Amino acid sequence: MSKPKEKTKESISIAITGSGGAGVMTAGTLLLEVAAQAGWYGLMVRSSGPQIRGGEAAALMRFSKSPVECLDDRFDVLIGIDWQNIHRFADEIPLDATSVMIGDPDQSEPPEVFVKRGAHYAPLPFKQMAKSLPGSWPNMIALGVAAGLAGLPVDSIKAVLQKSLKKGGGEKMAANIAAAEAGYAFAEGVPSVPRLSGKLAAGKEARWLITGNQAAGYGAVRGGVRFCAAYPITPATEVLEWLAPALPKIGGALVQAEDELASINMIVGSSYGGVPSVTATAGPGLSLMTEAIGLAVAAEVPIVVIDVMRGGPSTGIPAKSEQSDVNIAVNGLHGDAPRIVVAPNSIADCVSATQWAVYLAEAMQSPAIVLSDQYFGQTRAVVDPPADIGLVTERLKPAAGENGYLRYAITKSGISPMAIPGNPGTAYTADGLEHNERGLPSSQSGDHIKQLDKRAKKLDQFDYGARWADIEGEGDLAVVTFGSCTGAAREALARAAADGIKGRLVSLRLLAPSRPAQMAKALAGAKRVLVVEQNHTGQLYRYLRAEYDLPGTTRSFRHPGPLPMRPDEIHQQITEWSRS
Amino acid sequence: MSSPAAAAPITAQAFKSDYKPIWCPGCGDYSVLSSFTKAFAKLQLLPQDVAVVSGIGCSSRIPAYTTCYGFHGVHGRSLAAAAGLKLARPDLTVVVASGDGDGYSIGGNHFLHACRRNVDLTYVVMDNHVYGMTKGQPSPTTEPDWDSKLSPGGTGLRTFNPLVIALAAGANFVARAFAGDPNGTADLIAEAISTPGFSFVEILSPCITFRPEQREWKQMVRPAAVTYTNDAARAARRIMTDDGMNIGVLYKGERKPYQPPIGKGKKNPSDLETEFAL
Amino acid sequence: MSTKKSVKKATKKPVKKAVKRPVKKTVRKTAAAPAPKRAAAKSVPVASNAEFMAHAYAMEAEAAERYAEFADSMEVHNNLEVAELFRKLARIEQIHADQILDQMGWKHSPLSSVNVRWEGMEGPETADPTELHYLMQPYHALQIALLNEKRARDFFANLAKVTKDPGVRKGALEMEEDEAEHVRLIEEWLKRTPKPDANWHADQDPPVLSD
Repeated sequence: MSKPKEKTKESISIAITGSGGAGVMTAGTLLLEVAAQAGWYGLMVRSSGPQIRGGEAAALMRFSKSPVECLDDRFDVLIGIDWQNIHRFADEIPLDATSVMIGDPDQSEPPEVFVKRGAHYAPLPFKQMAKSLPGSWPNMIALGVAAGLAGLPVDSIKAVLQKSLKKGGGEKMAANIAAAEAGYAFAEGVPSVPRLSGKLAAGKEARWLITGNQAAGYGAVRGGVRFCAAYPITPATEVLEWLAPALPKIGGALVQAEDELASINMIVGSSYGGVPSVTATAGPGLSLMTEAIGLAVAAEVPIVVIDVMRGGPSTGIPAKSEQSDVNIAVNGLHGDAPRIVVAPNSIADCVSATQWAVYLAEAMQSPAIVLSDQYFGQTRAVVDPPADIGLVTERLKPAAGENGYLRYAITKSGISPMAIPGNPGTAYTADGLEHNERGLPSSQSGDHIKQLDKRAKKLDQFDYGARWADIEGEGDLAVVTFGSCTGAAREALARAAADGIKGRLVSLRLLAPSRPAQMAKALAGAKRVLVVEQNHTGQLYRYLRAEYDLPGTTRSFRHPGPLPMRPDEIHQQITEWSRS
Repeated sequence: MSSPAAAAPITAQAFKSDYKPIWCPGCGDYSVLSSFTKAFAKLQLLPQDVAVVSGIGCSSRIPAYTTCYGFHGVHGRSLAAAAGLKLARPDLTVVVASGDGDGYSIGGNHFLHACRRNVDLTYVVMDNHVYGMTKGQPSPTTEPDWDSKLSPGGTGLRTFNPLVIALAAGANFVARAFAGDPNGTADLIAEAISTPGFSFVEILSPCITFRPEQREWKQMVRPAAVTYTNDAARAARRIMTDDGMNIGVLYKGERKPYQPPIGKGKKNPSDLETEFAL
Repeated sequence: MSTKKSVKKATKKPVKKAVKRPVKKTVRKTAAAPAPKRAAAKSVPVASNAEFMAHAYAMEAEAAERYAEFADSMEVHNNLEVAELFRKLARIEQIHADQILDQMGWKHSPLSSVNVRWEGMEGPETADPTELHYLMQPYHALQIALLNEKRARDFFANLAKVTKDPGVRKGALEMEEDEAEHVRLIEEWLKRTPKPDANWHADQDPPVLSD
């Protein structure tokens, strides 16, 4: 591991763990709010066992004075409110000799797997301490310890607890503030953790505390979505749960469907009716939806499907992240079925990328898949509010009573006016069967070729602007990646730059259709292309090799979920390859 | 009889497109198409305000044969597409056309939940007890001993009783019709459209190609002996004890349709940002 | 003949006790086999000559529309000879319908076709769609037409017998005569038309898979 101490000065990483009932996630969320209150940035990744209640849980956090986009390679602090099965998180919570570990000695010793790493252990009797402050909870002590070790001001804790415990009544608030303060005081006696470097960013009042799932939901409505059909699935449910109360406020509606087959077909129906529509799902749901996404391709009905990726195949690892739905997103429909695939590359970008996906879907009358993942979706982060993308979502429509209306007319752009039911004189039948320009079923080769060309052309000729990828830096070496690997790749390149190794980053926001000309420009002069992704088979790498002429030599760096892609492992790849 | 001086009303013909059906000559679905157009004319709807939604199969070819807005989706999912359309566009009259394979087999789950959800749709199933478009395989309503290449000697499975299932699942209007009676069927469809909530009309529609014996249906059907009830249990008993040939409205309930308000909320999306702001 | 209200009446009294027959599995080999007895010819008096003429119009128009549908269907199925014959029959029925409008000085019928109801399922001159076959020959089509003309003739004859309105009786008798003439014409036409072979329906190829 390279120079962890020096690098981590810019950020501090804290993990709070415990079994069900310990209130790990509550403590973590509050700590994030305390950090935000103090003007910091930060994020909290959730990891938990498969149990619905009572399971082991970990809130994995990182704080900095500048925006945080990924977890670090190691943790400065591990707090175990208890240690029940916490050893299962050993891979997700790397510790080293400079780390600090806090645990309740009345319950058990810290797990051997953490002790072996040589971290400093400071025992703290959480339960006993909480008992001595009637009405307080052990997790509030943990909150105080974490805040103290991180070097957060005690006033910020108070402010946050006063706000969040308002409902619980005065007595509880006082006891828990006291508990947090006790934890804070305890931290003073523990070997210190490096303090954060850098200056506080201006305009902290304007920042948001948001999860990727909320962000994707908000991006959808910002893009103009007013209808959602929902079927719950981990880890996408929060997108739907956010939309359920939000849509009625802005004149929309959400309906719970009986299954994913229904939810996808419902939004094809609602969008056919002229209302921009979305659904959210994860891999198993996306598999079920592919037939109807193909219908939206053939019938040219704009829809947006947010896929919050999780470990696969099959039911896989539902509550943990993996970028393994690239194949199904870019190729997973039968027939020649061009579709739009957009991937946000940060939590804040879940807003903008989803908004863009709605814009693209509506402009091209095509399905768009948004590839988010559990790492984004369920992570709560302090972010700068993403600006509106400034593109007006609009569907091309015919005039009322247009003479000889042809729904699927061959046009220069491939986009043909789409009549909305209610418009007189332009009634047509939207059809999943191959059809002629009027929309009537046709199995003739001429019509098939014309319509295939039309559907391919409209996506290919569209002007996607600069948003298709985030391109940063320069140098012989290029890291090409997407989605939640972007933050780690960006950080790895920054570390390499500090070592004197120049490199550039290409983080693809538009996975499909491919943009060969733009990619050639982005990679001009590159001699080495490192493709970074979080899956087992190199799905992005294979896709890029199929779609693009990548310059120089290429390498795939990948590993499957649920372990996140960390900056250090990418940094090592860059360093190694640059020296060879 | 209306007065001769009245302005010419919208005729059934106005709902017929110039696109000619591919159904076999003699198919019952021709008559169902004519019942659709007659029902729309009877209600004096405008073609642009009606959407005909379907899945896959012989029956599902109907949308393009009308001058209404049509949606010919994937196999078995017509009810889902139609529910999405109606919920997003409550101003439209949405009629769903399906068959016994599309509606009761692959689309069975959606049938149950459409009845439960009680969206204001009219669901018309043309039941010929066979898969026609794939050349004659048994469907859920096919007799257990009906021989076919796919199920030699018959499936041995008891037949599905769609009307009773609809009642149990909560449909608000249940009727059985016969394709050979296009005027009566038009009346039933019109009544189904006029009844709020999920209305289910099962139409016996002969397949003269794979089930030529169904030509006999015209001698077998008869109007239901008693008028409809609003008691689902009584309706279920009647349906379960009849021979499947009683025609007419069999059940009419008073459940309120499911329709979340759409277009009511007046906030802007940016108003929602307050919940993220620190 | 009944007004639209009679449908309700009909639903209240079962027409006849239908018995579920054992299902025959044999493919029917003849198009245009004698149609079953239909209730259409069972008539009740109509109140006035205008009402009678409106129903007569509806009967002709419905027949014309059905033949036109048959023609379309035959055209789609590449049986152009029979399509042409049905087209001709549709034209003939439409002429009759238009003659009624002329005679009454109507622009269109005062009785909307969607509100016309017969005692049977369809009008007394409306052809039964299940009698079609894609390989049927003109002979079969004419048999269908003959049957319909006979039903129409009997219908008017019966109406003339039972009506109490002298105007209606006069009209019905005239119509009966017209229809009887059509029966004779079609019988003549049939004599000139070759009878199909026993194997007219043979098709060596199986049905085609569609969706």
